[in-house]
Amino acid sequence: MTNIASTAPAHQPARSPRLRRLISAIAILVIAAIGLSVGLSAAPVTDATVKIDNFTFGPKLLTVKAGTKVTWVNQDDIPHTVIDKNRKVFRSKPLDTDDKFSFTFTQPGTYDYFCGLHPHMTAQVVVTP
Amino acid sequence: MTKREDMNLMSCAVDRRGLLKCMAWAGTGVLWTVSGGVPTSLGLIGEANAQTAAATGFTFMQISDSHIGFKRPENPDAIGTLKEAIGKIEAMPTKPAFMIHTGDITHLSRADQFDDADQIIGGARIPMHYVPGEHDYVDEDAGKAYLERYGKNTKGAGWYSFDQGGVHFIGLVNVVDLKGGGLGNLGSEQLEWLEDDVKGKSASTPIVVFAHIPLWIVYPEWGWGTQDGAKALSYLKRFGSVTVLNGHIHQLMQKVEGNVTFHTARSTAFPQPEPGKAKSPGPMQVPADELRSYLGIARVDFRQGSEKLAVTNTALSAG
Repeated sequence: MTNIASTAPAHQPARSPRLRRLISAIAILVIAAIGLSVGLSAAPVTDATVKIDNFTFGPKLLTVKAGTKVTWVNQDDIPHTVIDKNRKVFRSKPLDTDDKFSFTFTQPGTYDYFCGLHPHMTAQVVVTP
Repeated sequence: MTKREDMNLMSCAVDRRGLLKCMAWAGTGVLWTVSGGVPTSLGLIGEANAQTAAATGFTFMQISDSHIGFKRPENPDAIGTLKEAIGKIEAMPTKPAFMIHTGDITHLSRADQFDDADQIIGGARIPMHYVPGEHDYVDEDAGKAYLERYGKNTKGAGWYSFDQGGVHFIGLVNVVDLKGGGLGNLGSEQLEWLEDDVKGKSASTPIVVFAHIPLWIVYPEWGWGTQDGAKALSYLKRFGSVTVLNGHIHQLMQKVEGNVTFHTARSTAFPQPEPGKAKSPGPMQVPADELRSYLGIARVDFRQGSEKLAVTNTALSAG
């Protein structure tokens, strides 16, 4: 292969099948790399998670874009609920250990929420446009 | 109670060594005050008075926080420990007049959990008076499951009062409409009802108030308190004897303030840490062979002529 690469002129396509396959593989990798980097910078985050443990919502302040689905997971060994401060926007059923609750935030704004069972547990979701 | 048990109680209260024995007996987290109220009351349940107690007074029980449905490592068998608690009550030589459950009957307000609790507690065949805990109010319809079973003859979220043997009993609900970041809540409608309920009663009427969350501020960082509890207590200020029975914190705590004695009961399901002694107030893991020393029942004795009610706590581990 080395021989062929050193003797063939640069502008001429490689005739060996092995070399052709190598160039195709490199091309695919390059295209994939470009595609991935474009994907990472342009695609919006559509999912976010809040972990409940030790009577705490983590993170206490979550910032997401409108349209994001936020999922709360209860990893504590006591049930918790998720209720927005004004009791108008979202309310989970009681979440036992390992239970989940999801809500998709479509409207920008600041959403204070708390646990209905343990009201001293508070947190916030900030939704950006 | 047998004569021997009565004598133990007497010696428990009389001297300093006895008092320390009492404190160890009752478990950690007990705040005893020597002035007024409780230790002297214990002395009342003595050998000499055992006979007269039955004749001119009555006994009732307090259990709390049975959390039926709880199955975590801290106690994989909350049903079993509730059965043990009821077993202890059934074994009492004199049947108590009734029993008060200060809430968190169930763990998740589920129908099967209410059913199980009802079946076990009903086995004692003693009249029951309930108030809900926040765990009894988490069904989809926020309280419908509890009120369907125990809401008869109650108002609002389930508050009520009744009289027995000259004592006025008031069941309050402080687990509804909790505000984010806050404590237990009674609300203006219930407070107005309470003010009206005790109006015109003679100040010598002994009052017993029972509610799930402590009516006084025990530890606000963990939500252990009622934000408008002081308002409720202000309506009871003029009474000569007020006993407040609460649950929620899963440990014994006692406080005497003037004519008011506050008492929180142990859970029959699992213990919780003392205020500030852990990161959060969740179920506390203890060695399996020690669990039952943290769980228990409370007995309250009322004797005619003595305004103060006597509260005696018995751990499930006690013989």
